Amino acid sequence: MDTHDPMPPVLDVAGLRTMFFTRQGLLRAVDDVSFSVARGEVLAVVGESGCGKSITALSIMRLVPSPPGRIVGGSVTLDGRDLLKLDEAQMRGVRGNEMSMIFQEPMTSLNPVLTVGSQISEAIRLHQDLSRAAAADKAVEMLRRVKIPEPAQRAREFPHQLSGGMRQRAMIAMALACNPKVLIADEPTTALDVTIQAQILELILRLQQDLGTAVILITHDLGVVAETAQRVIVMYAGRKIEEADVGALFAEPLHPYTHGLLASVPRLAIMSGQVQAAQERLQEIPGMVPPLTNLPTGCAFAPRCRFADAQCRAAFPPYTQPRRGHWVACWHSERLYGAGA
Amino acid sequence: MGAYLVRRFGLMLLTLFGISVIIFVLLRVVPGNIVDILFDSAGMVNPAEKVKIEKELGLDLPIPQQYAAWIGGLVHGDLGYSYVSEKPAIAEIAPRIPVTAKLAAMALAFSVLIGVPFGVISAVRQNSAADYVLRVLSLSGLSLPSFWLGLLMLMGFVAWFGDMPIYTEPPATLWDELLLYAAPAAAVGFRSSALVMRLTRSSMLEVLRQDYIRTARSKGASASSVNYHHALRNAMLPVVTVIGLEAAFLIGGLIVTETVFNIPGVARFLVEAIRTRDYPIVQNLVMFIAVVVVVVNFIVDMLYAVLDPRIRYSG
Repeated sequence: MDTHDPMPPVLDVAGLRTMFFTRQGLLRAVDDVSFSVARGEVLAVVGESGCGKSITALSIMRLVPSPPGRIVGGSVTLDGRDLLKLDEAQMRGVRGNEMSMIFQEPMTSLNPVLTVGSQISEAIRLHQDLSRAAAADKAVEMLRRVKIPEPAQRAREFPHQLSGGMRQRAMIAMALACNPKVLIADEPTTALDVTIQAQILELILRLQQDLGTAVILITHDLGVVAETAQRVIVMYAGRKIEEADVGALFAEPLHPYTHGLLASVPRLAIMSGQVQAAQERLQEIPGMVPPLTNLPTGCAFAPRCRFADAQCRAAFPPYTQPRRGHWVACWHSERLYGAGA
Repeated sequence: MGAYLVRRFGLMLLTLFGISVIIFVLLRVVPGNIVDILFDSAGMVNPAEKVKIEKELGLDLPIPQQYAAWIGGLVHGDLGYSYVSEKPAIAEIAPRIPVTAKLAAMALAFSVLIGVPFGVISAVRQNSAADYVLRVLSLSGLSLPSFWLGLLMLMGFVAWFGDMPIYTEPPATLWDELLLYAAPAAAVGFRSSALVMRLTRSSMLEVLRQDYIRTARSKGASASSVNYHHALRNAMLPVVTVIGLEAAFLIGGLIVTETVFNIPGVARFLVEAIRTRDYPIVQNLVMFIAVVVVVVNFIVDMLYAVLDPRIRYSG
């Protein structure tokens, strides 16, 4: 499972910190988050709403609304270049070109007064020296690649004439039009029907393989993670608390929060003959995510954690690597889950 | 699009019919007609003579019959005769229309050309010094009646420059005309520009929060492309509606401002005609203004469809 290790990462995020300076106080949306993605890899970022997944993505794109948000530390290295050191004009050359993003809400993510085709060809013309007509042709070609029927006709239509799934396909076409090295997909299927979700995921994965794009898939759906990702990071209250290969994470999670997450997913145990097990009550994690303006000192999960003690409340645990490629930030993971098994 | 156009056009005709009835009835409900006023000023009362003149002018007929006569004439292009000058109403009204039309167009242009760009600047630099200055200015614009602003401008010009262009005879060149109308157009347009600016600002702020603006930025679009290409077109939808509504207020503002600046347009003429109960002039002029306002709003509706494809295709 460690075959990706020798590959140099295409994107390396180190010690990223993003804060919001609000009237309610300082909000640590992303706090010391580090990870890297290799070429052609799918990295999933999971966590509850408000855990900092989306702000991490926006920080990497340097699209955090400012004010009130600001990236206060760390580095985001794309192919050897620290994006946080670029000026705005250089950064515009990266966005949509070397790195692009698709969003959760396909219904509102496209401009209602511009045709779908023109919005895609705009992305192309921003980064490639193509004539208007050539860019329009390429936009149609991209729509064909994302399996939109009658792409030439669709390119002339407006977003409101397309269904949600079609719009998300158009967003994918726009994001991949310049063949980016990294695609950030922020909950790309959350707003879609279940049947469409699978199609969109499959499309992203197929294009990702064809183009060799690295994908950062942000989701709260662990089912999606299991189907698509090679590696997963789990975030809680702005911090990364666990990182592992997808198999290892599902089989032997090392953080009590990850345990809680996995236990809260309904499983179709009935399908594997375990009728008894199917009637067990679904587990939930007690309590709520603490407000990011008022995080406890120490481990942010401590107030909800059954195993928390004085040490957990005193200091945030260091990242340890109990197994190769499996990182966790918990004082007690070794005691609890016997790491190294 | 075709159905939308036809429906709007039908509504426009219906509106005009309603307006014509209201004008007509209101005018006749106001106490005293031209004959009363003539006889009052002459100071003599000869009831037989009065009845004769009323009969001559058709004022003794029932109101529906008078209305039918007016509309019948209107359809044939016959607006009747002015009671005061006894010249055809069309000859009285027609020469004054271009004067007011130019003034109104300049005022509207002033309000859009000032209001929209400053509204965008104010929104894009929200809470900056520029934003605060513009907001205070626009608030003052909304609070200043145009006739008072007009008087201030007159006094200011005369105090500082000792002189200012005033309408004495029809201007000879286009440049003279622009110079002549600049001050009154600004006085009338200032209020609208303030309104347009505030609306553009709030509408832009609303649009700039939308997901598709983030999408545009994530493509690598520049700030100006995001603001003008992606945001402004969406933000213009409510602004365009208000510009249409403002056209009506603009004419209201012109009525007083034409008097202040001594400009012989329809607006000032209308006030005089109302004073003398010169029915043919008043009802035709108000009707004309109504047509202008309704047509402007029809154009606005069409513009709306051009700006917003969702309207274009749902109609």
